[in-house]
Amino acid sequence: MSALELIVSGDARLFAIVGLSLIVTLSATFFAAVIGMPLGALIALTRFPGRNALIVILNGCMGLPPVVVGLGVFLLLSRSGPLGELGILFTPQAMIIAQAVLIGPIIAALTRQVIEDLWAEYRDELVAMDLSRTSRVATLLWDARFSLMTILLAGFGRAAAEVGAVMIVGGNIDGFTRVMTTTIALETSKGNLALAIGLGLVLISIILLINAMAWAVRGWAERHAG
Amino acid sequence: MRLRPILIAAFLAIGTATLPASAQDKSIVVASTTSTQDSGLFGFILPKFKAKTGIDVKVIAQGTGQALDTGRRGDADVVFVHAKAQEEKFVADGFGVKRYPVMYNDFVLIGPKADPAGIKGGKDIVVGLKAINDKASPFVSRGDKSGTHSAELNLWKAASLDPAGTKPGWYREIGQGMGAALNTAGAMLGYVLSDRGTWISFKNKGDLQIAVEGDKRLFNQYGIILVNPTKHAHVKKELGQAFIDWVVSGEGQQAIRDYKIDGQQLFFPNAGTGS
Amino acid sequence: MRDRPTSLPIRFDAVTYSAGTTAILREVSLSIGAGPPTVLMGPNGSGKTTLLKMAMGLLTPVSGRVDYADQKDQARRHAFVFQKPVMLRRTAARNIAFALKAAGRANDPAVIARLLESVGLGALADRPARRLSGGEQQRLALARALARDPEVLFLDEPTASLDPAATKGVEDIIARTAQAGVKIVMATHDLGQARRLAGEIVFLANGRLLEQMPASTFFTNPATTEARRFLAGELVI
Repeated sequence: MSALELIVSGDARLFAIVGLSLIVTLSATFFAAVIGMPLGALIALTRFPGRNALIVILNGCMGLPPVVVGLGVFLLLSRSGPLGELGILFTPQAMIIAQAVLIGPIIAALTRQVIEDLWAEYRDELVAMDLSRTSRVATLLWDARFSLMTILLAGFGRAAAEVGAVMIVGGNIDGFTRVMTTTIALETSKGNLALAIGLGLVLISIILLINAMAWAVRGWAERHAG
Repeated sequence: MRLRPILIAAFLAIGTATLPASAQDKSIVVASTTSTQDSGLFGFILPKFKAKTGIDVKVIAQGTGQALDTGRRGDADVVFVHAKAQEEKFVADGFGVKRYPVMYNDFVLIGPKADPAGIKGGKDIVVGLKAINDKASPFVSRGDKSGTHSAELNLWKAASLDPAGTKPGWYREIGQGMGAALNTAGAMLGYVLSDRGTWISFKNKGDLQIAVEGDKRLFNQYGIILVNPTKHAHVKKELGQAFIDWVVSGEGQQAIRDYKIDGQQLFFPNAGTGS
Repeated sequence: MRDRPTSLPIRFDAVTYSAGTTAILREVSLSIGAGPPTVLMGPNGSGKTTLLKMAMGLLTPVSGRVDYADQKDQARRHAFVFQKPVMLRRTAARNIAFALKAAGRANDPAVIARLLESVGLGALADRPARRLSGGEQQRLALARALARDPEVLFLDEPTASLDPAATKGVEDIIARTAQAGVKIVMATHDLGQARRLAGEIVFLANGRLLEQMPASTFFTNPATTEARRFLAGELVI
């Protein structure tokens, strides 16, 4: 069956796979943002010994290979690993963790740069207004929201596109941890290249659609509050 | 700004929705091989098992070496693989409870239609491999410690050759699954050892065909083992044993027998008689 | 008008400031007290902006000290309008609300409306601040500063990039604010503006304080040749 037929016929399994992909990647993006954005802002606004080294490491971690991240999380969550008690290896939670670890540094590093640039522009104004430290961070994050949204999309795109990490920690279990990218890898390995390409196009379309929606929201918000 | 708490709540809801109720969750994890998975066998027999027992079987398809390692780490409840020596060692080392023979299929030597080694139609795998070596024809090896890989290495040994050790240019280890190995062989017009199940269900045959088949040495026995609960206390021994009991039962064996692609039976159950 | 303690006069005692190896302020001593607007004048690079930011507490002297009549800076109500004010990414009204909140004042819609009205932006309350014109942005920055209910209002070249009509709008607000009892300290190199607004002139050149005197005296009879040349040069152009 071709991918087109699968979509047109509203194949329930395909929708389940697409749904799981979105849940895993959106959750991972959410958790990576909740940790990465304040962390990036904090680094942008504070001076401490080793700061430059930390920034270099953080920027470098934007290029973490998904397979290495997956392996690290795998060893952590394995029953024989330090967090084995949780028993969440080969579950969607493990996949969320792996993807969050993968894109956390991307979100933190880009946020750091954006906030640092914005801080240079806002510094005098915010200090003159007597803003507390936390209010400064909140104000900068809010005023950088359009740039931060692009950062989120970059993180989301990276997580949605990766296969190495979720394959290792999810196990590509049919109906449970199988997502778009692992399905594509599986169909490729089975020699179903046409189906794999079709699913790839579905994945690309979904990522495009989400970006288009984000763009529309941004346009609307910018007209009303920019 | 006022949207944010709502968004946060929504995401948290989504996040927790994916948490399975692990306490009363009636499922087991089976570490198995890519060849079993890629052949579609699990897709055929597992729904029957689930219908009878209500137990979800989550299959992780890996190479045999990795699947046994997954069991050794305690990350699976059952291993279902095909490398007898490794399986017996797994049990002997105390990681598995008992090995049950389940079924067999056979390996076939696949090669390009042009047949540069001139071995098409052969019945003797040793003769075939020697010819590939003599003609230095491209040969794709899984190179991933899978059951198929170790079977391949044993066959080279039977032919008194050691390309994995001497690494001649025509011997290419790709470190990937069966389907990928077949794709690679098709692309570089090389020979490759495949299990028959994956070969039959492999859709991208291109210019490949069977070169050698039918040799007794190409026999491929599958075994199933419960991971030892005394090593890993969380192993679901009742559910896992229930799966093993079903697979080797008359009903499970019949299900295996019934699985066909294009009218060809892929696996031959032999729980009672096999090794 | 105010019962709370005043921070005036602000005293500079031999204040020196430098950026890298460039001296910006050299041994400046002066006192800014209550009364009509104090206007800082001098050529570009004379140190006007640095002096303002230091009085506001945004910069710390390399040597010397800045003292306020009250020692606690917690309760101090100082506000600053920058030459290029930063418009927060939200509507005009929310820019005001933000300043109110930062100053610890109640977020009262009536207060916001009155402040916007006072700078002639009543009709643009819901317009994104970044989409306002230059003159409108400058007036919004003024309203935002006034939202702090300041005792002292610092302004750095508040009309530098505005056309005459917009300049008049801003100057009117400054004059009204001064009449309401707010101490104005502003930098400008627009001589006409200084004549219109100043009660007192502080003249700087090359980081040194050269003159501090009533505006009427400065424009008719400056004490230093630098000031005379400055007045003459500017008038010629």
